[in-house]
Amino acid sequence: MDKIIEVRHLSKKFGSNEVLRDINFSVSKGEVVCIIGASGSGKSTLLRCLNLLEYPTSGEVLYHGQNILEHNMTNAMYRTKLGMVFQQFNLFNNLTVLQNCVVGQVKVLKKDRAAAEKTAMQYLEHVGMSQFINAKPGQISGGQKQRVAIARALSMEPEALLFDEPTSALDPELVGEVLKVMKSLAKSGLTMLVVTHEMGFAREVSNRVVFMDAGVIVEDDLPEVIFNNPVNERTRAFLKRVLED
Amino acid sequence: MSADSTSLQWIMYFIREYGTLFLYGAGITLLIALSGTIIGFMIGLVIGVIRTIPMDHNKGSMNRFAYKILNFLLLCYIEIFRGTPMIVQAMVVFYGAAAVFGIHMSTLWAGVFIVSINTGAYMAEIVRGGIISVDQGQFEAAHSIGMTHWQTMVNIVLPQAIRNILPATSNEFVINIKDTAVLSVISVSELFFMGKSAAGTYYRFFEVNAIICVIYFVMTFTVTRILRLIEIKIDGPSVFTIHGSQTVPEAEFRIINRE
Repeated sequence: MDKIIEVRHLSKKFGSNEVLRDINFSVSKGEVVCIIGASGSGKSTLLRCLNLLEYPTSGEVLYHGQNILEHNMTNAMYRTKLGMVFQQFNLFNNLTVLQNCVVGQVKVLKKDRAAAEKTAMQYLEHVGMSQFINAKPGQISGGQKQRVAIARALSMEPEALLFDEPTSALDPELVGEVLKVMKSLAKSGLTMLVVTHEMGFAREVSNRVVFMDAGVIVEDDLPEVIFNNPVNERTRAFLKRVLED
Repeated sequence: MSADSTSLQWIMYFIREYGTLFLYGAGITLLIALSGTIIGFMIGLVIGVIRTIPMDHNKGSMNRFAYKILNFLLLCYIEIFRGTPMIVQAMVVFYGAAAVFGIHMSTLWAGVFIVSINTGAYMAEIVRGGIISVDQGQFEAAHSIGMTHWQTMVNIVLPQAIRNILPATSNEFVINIKDTAVLSVISVSELFFMGKSAAGTYYRFFEVNAIICVIYFVMTFTVTRILRLIEIKIDGPSVFTIHGSQTVPEAEFRIINRE
């Protein structure tokens, strides 16, 4: 399979605090991979290392087989290939919904404005936010913000989309609308890597589930295996804890 | 006018005889304050941006060294001009330029120069504060769609930072309108200098300064109102129109600003 991203022996330290230890894993084209685990297990840090928002302490990050930590490709151009959706949405507060989805295409991809707006509208339509293009981020709800954030990432037409706990900052009744959009994206064949606490989503939508604990990947397997017959004791303990609630 | 004229009569007299001179002085005051604030703002913007450049792992050690030197020099500038009185700076710059470098500045240019670099030192820190107050998530989101540091600054961070520092900038402007009065020590013909000449001629200090006081207040009050209007303009409308609604094309959503 065509591996879009692969990490080898990746580790990350914040000072003397080792957050990630010897991580090895990959995401192939068309896969939906969910990363689960307790808070502080290093899930988000791993995701942020992939698009270099955090710089790994050691190891390799391969993009189509090339180590981007050495290779000449600039961080900026590499990042356009991986879209990112944040827990706190991080929409650009000074721009409208439409401008949020256009600015990257125009400034980074150098597309002309009309084409960029057309692309943006297409994705805003897809997430059901095309009516709100004139609104500022401060004027819409959390769920709407997150859907715009997804459209913004898609507008850059990346090869894969990284989601960093996309529903964790949302009111419970708003989680559904965001998950619905994510499910439809998964169905459309988009490559997705999702850090999540939504076990239902992980079980139903993903092709693979990665369980992390204390900075290491404990298990990396099919969702049926992880949720029904986890091999590792730690996985079992974690799932017992979260699924009981 | 005689010795037993009332204050009101004196005030009327000064307005009649010196009105145009006072207005001329007010014009000079406004000119120096406005250009000093704008130039100072530019200086502050450039320094504030330079001082918030992140030094990542992938910059060379030479670059890092050069940046540290530059940062140190900028810090010296900020600390020296914030840490000494403008009235003293005016004397040092104006007489120093003549004595040491043989440059004889016109008093007006000296005034603009001094107010600009003085404001620049304050604005540099105000801008830096504005930039670091922008949520880190805004930087990360911009980086995640492939923007470089400069693209992030120009398109995302500075517009928000500038909006946030407008009240502080308006403060600086008002302070500059008032503090140009100290330039009278190098004989800049601004409002206070004009007043001092008129008052000295007749020994009527209260009446002249009462007039001057009103003129200063009118200027500062007008400026703060105008800057407030600019803030409101930048904030944009508090309502937005629904796009492409077939049934109610004029539909407007009234919303409460959530942030």
